[in-house]
Amino acid sequence: MEFYRSHVLICTGTGCTSSNSRALIDTLKKELVENGLEKEIQVIETGCFGFCNLGPIMVVYPEGVFYCRVSEADLREVVQEHFVKGRVVQRLLYHEPNSTVKTTEFDEIEFFKHQKRVALSNCGVIDPEKIEEYIARDGYFALAKVLHEMTPAQVIEEIKKSGLRGRGGGGFPTGMKWEFAAKAPGDQKYVVCNADEGDPGAFMDRSVLEGDPHAVLEAMAIAGYAIGANQGYIYVRAEYPIAVERLTKAIEQARKLGLLGKNIFGMGFDFDIGLRLGAGAFVCGEETALLTSVEGRRGEPRPRPPFPANKGLWEKPTIINNVETFANIPRIIRYGADWFASMGTEKSKGTKVFALAGKIKNTGLIEVPMGTTLRTIVYDIGGGILNDKEFKAVQIGGPSGGCIPAALLDTPIDYDNLIAAGAMMGSGGLIVMDNDTCMVDIARFFLEFTQDESCGKCPPCRIGTKRMLEILTRITEGKGKPEDIDNLEALAKTIKSSALCALGQTSPNPILSTLKYFRDEYEAHIHDKKCPAGVCQALLSYTIIEDKCRGCGLCARNCPVNAISGKVKEPYVIDREKCIKCGACMEKCKFGAIERK
Amino acid sequence: MSCQCKGEAGQGKKYAFIDRIIERHKDEKGSMIPILHEVQQEMGYLPEDVQAYIAQKLGVPLSEVYGIVTFYALFNTKPKGKHKISICLGTACYVRGAGKILEEFEKQLNIKVGETTPDGLFTLEGCRCLGACGLAPVLTVDEHVHGRLKTSDVAEIIAQYKEEK
Ligand SMILES: Cc1cc2nc3c(=O)[nH]c(=O)nc-3n(C[C@H](O)[C@H](O)[C@H](O)COP(=O)(O)O)c2cc1C
Ligand code: FES
Repeated sequence: MEFYRSHVLICTGTGCTSSNSRALIDTLKKELVENGLEKEIQVIETGCFGFCNLGPIMVVYPEGVFYCRVSEADLREVVQEHFVKGRVVQRLLYHEPNSTVKTTEFDEIEFFKHQKRVALSNCGVIDPEKIEEYIARDGYFALAKVLHEMTPAQVIEEIKKSGLRGRGGGGFPTGMKWEFAAKAPGDQKYVVCNADEGDPGAFMDRSVLEGDPHAVLEAMAIAGYAIGANQGYIYVRAEYPIAVERLTKAIEQARKLGLLGKNIFGMGFDFDIGLRLGAGAFVCGEETALLTSVEGRRGEPRPRPPFPANKGLWEKPTIINNVETFANIPRIIRYGADWFASMGTEKSKGTKVFALAGKIKNTGLIEVPMGTTLRTIVYDIGGGILNDKEFKAVQIGGPSGGCIPAALLDTPIDYDNLIAAGAMMGSGGLIVMDNDTCMVDIARFFLEFTQDESCGKCPPCRIGTKRMLEILTRITEGKGKPEDIDNLEALAKTIKSSALCALGQTSPNPILSTLKYFRDEYEAHIHDKKCPAGVCQALLSYTIIEDKCRGCGLCARNCPVNAISGKVKEPYVIDREKCIKCGACMEKCKFGAIERK
Repeated sequence: MSCQCKGEAGQGKKYAFIDRIIERHKDEKGSMIPILHEVQQEMGYLPEDVQAYIAQKLGVPLSEVYGIVTFYALFNTKPKGKHKISICLGTACYVRGAGKILEEFEKQLNIKVGETTPDGLFTLEGCRCLGACGLAPVLTVDEHVHGRLKTSDVAEIIAQYKEEK
C-alpha cells in the first residue's frame, strides 16, 4: 500500500466535467510528475460535491482546503505553492457571495454548513469507480450485517421503524412497500430501482449514481433479501452516460468480489442486477409505465391496483424504489433506525436532497434535514437571489409540483407541508425565481412539458392537457378571455380526478398553484394585456427613455427591422408598429435607456 | 422512404451486426429496447427496413417494433446531422433564458428545432435537464457540454464545429 502525504479530490460529476475537470486532472498529474511529486500526492476523481456553479472544484486533504473554479493555468501555482511550499493559494479560495473574506476549509462554507449528508455522504468523497473506496467507508457492511444477523422480517421492521418514505415523489413509506412485496405469494420476485429522473430541472439521482453507485447496489441486494427476490433491475436514463458507465463498472466489480451473484458472503443468498436504459419518455418514471418498459414494450402506465408489490414486473411481486430512497438504506442498517428517525419532522424522517437552481447565487446539490425552511435553503445555503433581486417564488416538484411564494418562505419543508401549500416534494428539483419570471409563462412551460410527454393512453390527460396549454398560450399571447381562469380551474378539477396515472392527475398543479398565489398576474395578462414580469413577448413594448438616451444611434443600427429612427445626439424613437420585440436594441444600449414593459 | 437495402440477398450480410446484437440478448427477457439501443448506436438511426428486419428476427409483428421506436423520443427513424446540438430546456435553463439561445440557433442555422441542416452538418434538438443546472443555460454538442451561455456565444459554437467538420 502506498502512502501519500496529500490527496487531491477533483469532481468528475456532470457539472464539473462540463467545466472541463477532465483536462484539469490530466494537467495536474503531468505537473506532479514534472515536480517529482506523483508518489507523494494522489489525485482522486470523485463524484459531485454539490457546489456545481463553482466548478471545477478541487479539495486538498488532509487540510480540507477548498479551491474553486480552478483552471489549467492555475495548476502550476497550486503545485508550486501548495504542494511544494505548503502555502495555500489564497486567490483560488472560496468567498461567500456577500462578503470578501476567503474561506479556507470546506466545512466552514455557508453552503455546506447547514447541510446534513446522508444519501450524499460519499459523493465527492470517494472515487466512485473503485469499490475498495466504498468498502473503506463501511460499504457492504450493511449487506453483511443483514445476511449474518437479521431475518428478512427484521430488516423490514428496521426500515419501517426508520420512517423512511419514498424519495421519488409520492413519499410512500418504504418499509410498508417492502412488507407488501414480502408477503405477496410468489417464488419469483423483483427489485427495481427507478433511476429515470424525469423532472426537467433535477439531477440528484444522477449525482448519487455518479458519485456513489455501490450504495444503490448494496441497498438493492438488501431489499432483495428482505422481500425474497434474487434479481434486480436499474432503469436509468440513457441521457446519463457517466452514470451508466459507472453503474456498469460497479456491477462488474461487485460481482468479482462476490458481493453480487451467487451465494453472497457464503450465506446462500443469490442476487444479481441488470441495467435497463430508458429511451427518453418522461412517463416511464411512473412505476407501472417503467415496469412495462423494462419488459420491453411501450412504456404506458396501467391502472393500479394491482400494485407492483403484488403484480409488477412480468406479473410478479416487485418493489420499485427511487435512487435516493435506496441510497439511504445501507446507512439506516449501519447506524440504526433510531439514528435516522432522529432527523426530520414528525411524519417525514431523515434528509432530502434538492437540486438548487434558477435565479440563485449558489446553485448545486444540497442535502438538508426534512423540516428545513425554504428561507434557510434560499438565503443561507443558496446565498440569496442572483443580482440581489427580489425573491418571487420557488418551484418545487417539477411538472407535478407547484410554486411557493415568498409568504411561505418559513414553512418547514416536508411531504405534508408541501402538499398543503399546493406543491409536492416530487423528486426534489428546487427552482428559484425572481421578479423577472412570469408565473403564467412558467405554468405554460410545465404544461407544454406534460402535454408533450403525455403518453396518450387516457383522454383526460391527452386532450385535457392540450386544452389547458392552449388557454395558457392564448393568455401569454395577449389573447386571453375573461372566462379563461374559470375554464382552467374547471378543467384542472376534471383532469385531477379522472386521469389514469399521476402524470395526468398532477399535471394541473403548476397552474393551480400559480393561480392560487399569483392570480393577479393572470388577471393582468387577461384584462390589462400586460405581463408584469416583462417576459411575454406579445405583451411587451419597448420604449426609449428620453432623458437617458444620448442619441448615439447604436440601437437604430442594430435594429433588424429599422424600427428605430432619430437624429444623432437627440433622443431616438421606436416605431411600435414596426418593432418585432427582439430586444436587440435593449441589449446593445450602453446607457440603459431602453425600457421593456 | 429512404430504403437502402439491396434486395434480400445483400441484407443478410449488411445486417450481420444486428444478428450479433440479437444473439447476445437471446436469453434475456424484455430485450427489445436494449437491442434497439445498440442497433441505433451502430447506425445512428432506425430506418424502416431495419425495424422490419429486427421484427422478423424476433418473430414479432413490425407494428410492435414501430410502436416502440415511435414511442420513445430517443429512437429516431431519420438520420441525424454530423453534430447534434441539444439545448437544455429544463426548468433551470428555461428560467435562465434557454429559449433565447434556442431561437438564436434556429435563426443562425436557419432550421427549426428537431431539424437537420441541408448540408447534414447540424441537427438541432431540445432536451431536458442535463444535470448541469449550475451552469445554466447549458447545451451539448455531441458529447461536449457548453455552459453559462449567452446569445452572443452561438455564432462561435457553430463556427467551432463547422471547422472541425
Ligand atoms: C409522471 C411520473 C413521473 C415519475 N418520475 C419518477 C422519476 O423520475 N423517478 C422516481 O424515482 N420516481 C418517479 N415517479 C414516482 C414513481 O411512480 C414511484 O412512485 C417511485 O419510483 C417509487 O419509489 P419511492 O417509493 O422510493 O419513491 C414518477 C411518477 C409519475 C407519475
Ligand atoms: S435544467 Fe438545464 S441542466 Fe438542469
